Amino acid sequence: MTAKLSSTPVGSAAAQPKPGPDPKRPGEAVFRGLATGAGILILVILALVASFLLIQGGPALFADPAKLATQGYGEFVSWVLPFAFGTVWAALLALLIAVPVAIGIALFISHYAPRKLAQPLGYLIDLLAAVPSVVFGLWGSVVLAPAMLPLFTTLNSSLGFIPLFAGQVSGTGRTILTVAVVLATMILPIITSLCREVFLQAPRLHEEAALALGATRWEMIKMAVLPFARPGMIAAVMLGLGRALGETMAVTMVLSGSRNITLELLTSQNPNTIAATIAQNFAEAFGLKTSQLIAAGLVLFLITLAVNSIARWIVARRAQYSGAN
Amino acid sequence: MSIKPFAVAALVTAAALAFTGCATNEATPAGTGSASGSQTLTGVGASSQKAAQEKWVADFQTKNSSITVNYSPDGSGAGRSAFIAGAAAFAGSDRPFKDEEMGAGKFAGCAADSNALDLPVYISPIAVVYNLDGVTDLALDPATIAGIFAGKITKWNDPAIAATNPKAKLPDLAITAVHRGDDSGTTNNFTDTLNKLAPTVWTEKASDTYPAAFGGEAANGTSGVIQAVTGGAGTIGYADASAAGKLGKASIIVNGKPLQPTADAAASILDHSKTIAGRDANDLAYSLDRTSEGVYPAVLVSYAIVCQTYKDPAVGALVKSYVGYMASADGQKAAAEAAGSAPLSADLQAKVKAALDSVK
Repeated sequence: MTAKLSSTPVGSAAAQPKPGPDPKRPGEAVFRGLATGAGILILVILALVASFLLIQGGPALFADPAKLATQGYGEFVSWVLPFAFGTVWAALLALLIAVPVAIGIALFISHYAPRKLAQPLGYLIDLLAAVPSVVFGLWGSVVLAPAMLPLFTTLNSSLGFIPLFAGQVSGTGRTILTVAVVLATMILPIITSLCREVFLQAPRLHEEAALALGATRWEMIKMAVLPFARPGMIAAVMLGLGRALGETMAVTMVLSGSRNITLELLTSQNPNTIAATIAQNFAEAFGLKTSQLIAAGLVLFLITLAVNSIARWIVARRAQYSGAN
Repeated sequence: MSIKPFAVAALVTAAALAFTGCATNEATPAGTGSASGSQTLTGVGASSQKAAQEKWVADFQTKNSSITVNYSPDGSGAGRSAFIAGAAAFAGSDRPFKDEEMGAGKFAGCAADSNALDLPVYISPIAVVYNLDGVTDLALDPATIAGIFAGKITKWNDPAIAATNPKAKLPDLAITAVHRGDDSGTTNNFTDTLNKLAPTVWTEKASDTYPAAFGGEAANGTSGVIQAVTGGAGTIGYADASAAGKLGKASIIVNGKPLQPTADAAASILDHSKTIAGRDANDLAYSLDRTSEGVYPAVLVSYAIVCQTYKDPAVGALVKSYVGYMASADGQKAAAEAAGSAPLSADLQAKVKAALDSVK
């Protein structure tokens, strides 16, 4: 999205030479070949990954349910469904926490903060993206989970009538809500960085025009920046969602996961995610169990693919009538 | 463009590595002597033995520099199937082969008329660890432990807990029972203990996977359980006693006596248990008797599974010397130091040695 926005300004296209191989300049042909090769390579990699998942997971996908019950983890669909739910549920919760904060930070950096503060803050946010997920996992299980306990107990006793906060509060704090907070912290930098870039791309003239018409800072942002940035923001959120869906290590280390579907956020019985399930069980799995775990990986692959396709579709649809044109 | 030569070089190196990798695998399917005189022994199996195996391998290779021992801790199930397929010269397993899995000719790495031998080499007590403010001494009978982990006893001041701990100040606090989220031999032996000692409360059979019906909190691996119990309030869990650290270890009351998970109380379980009937005299597969007087019941016994007669006598000789070291007094002492296991009794060490002497 950012690439699209930062492409050549209107009018300069005509001044450029027509693309295509030029016999006098071999560099052109070589670079064109390299770029095309890279483009094809990504398709090949994707196809290889998909076929690996299909071939290795196939035995479990097409196995007799009775055989799967004795040699695997049980009937495939009913086995994988709670994990698929947990994956999406944890990622959605993380987005719910991360998106407002990320947009706030991005707006602060792009439109509110003094220049001296904006740049270091931007670097700091980018630095957060470089922290390995295992560190987030350690922090989540050692520091955050116990620290969340009092909050959980309060939520449960005062808002326990809401199904989300019902049930017996976990004694360790290692619940899906803690995981959502950890995941939110992890996807915050991606969403923030992209949103910041998009906000900075908002046309200066539009902003100044809004201010000249008597708009306050917030009204200017509402009228000139946000409509222009909406497709970019959606793309940023979807990238964040993609990372949250696939996050393995942090979830494995923090979550007390089980195989059930529940909306309760504070109990010991949380739906595990697909990625964490694979990580937890793959080391000791063999035979049909290995296949079944890889087949679960295929399900995760499909979920991620679906999410990204939906994001693409939204961006493409919105782009036509956004403030950008 | 300047990247390209480097990339090509990297590719070539990677390919070369990959091919040598294949070649090595093909040359030594189960561990053989190679032309150069160096020998490789391959074992696959239980991750419970991992720390001990690392120590054994290091010590053994120091003494026998021409022998390379590889032990991959892929899990008991993977170890047994690798042994059946002949891909491993010996397997590490948290349970012996069942009767129906035994039989001459069923193992690709063994001679056609050879059965497998199950030899206990690693004993580890499983501690019931807890984290409860103000309580440093806790004794629980098996039915209470089963009730706690089955989710039937939910408060620390439950009369069942108070009955065996009259002096402790038990708070009105919810119990969070932490179990292993991944499949594990520790879970298998712990659930077997509860099933044997409190069958009316713990109605599920022993299983590597913690029974989902009983709920509770899941954590990944031994360290995950310890971490969750340490970080929580009013938590209880089970883990290898050596990993318990500063956590309180509950005594289990057997026949009226509270027992701590000490090495002696754990190792004595094999002296009170009988080997599975109807097998070769040298097969030391035990059916654990967890109810004997003075025996700490929650014990994990891990085996080395070897052939009676190897197809390749060179492999047999390697297995004899390596597994022999594992079961020796030195080896058991090394494992106790490195992994916190309970050393085999001298009597059992002699039995394993006698069994290995029969291996060809």
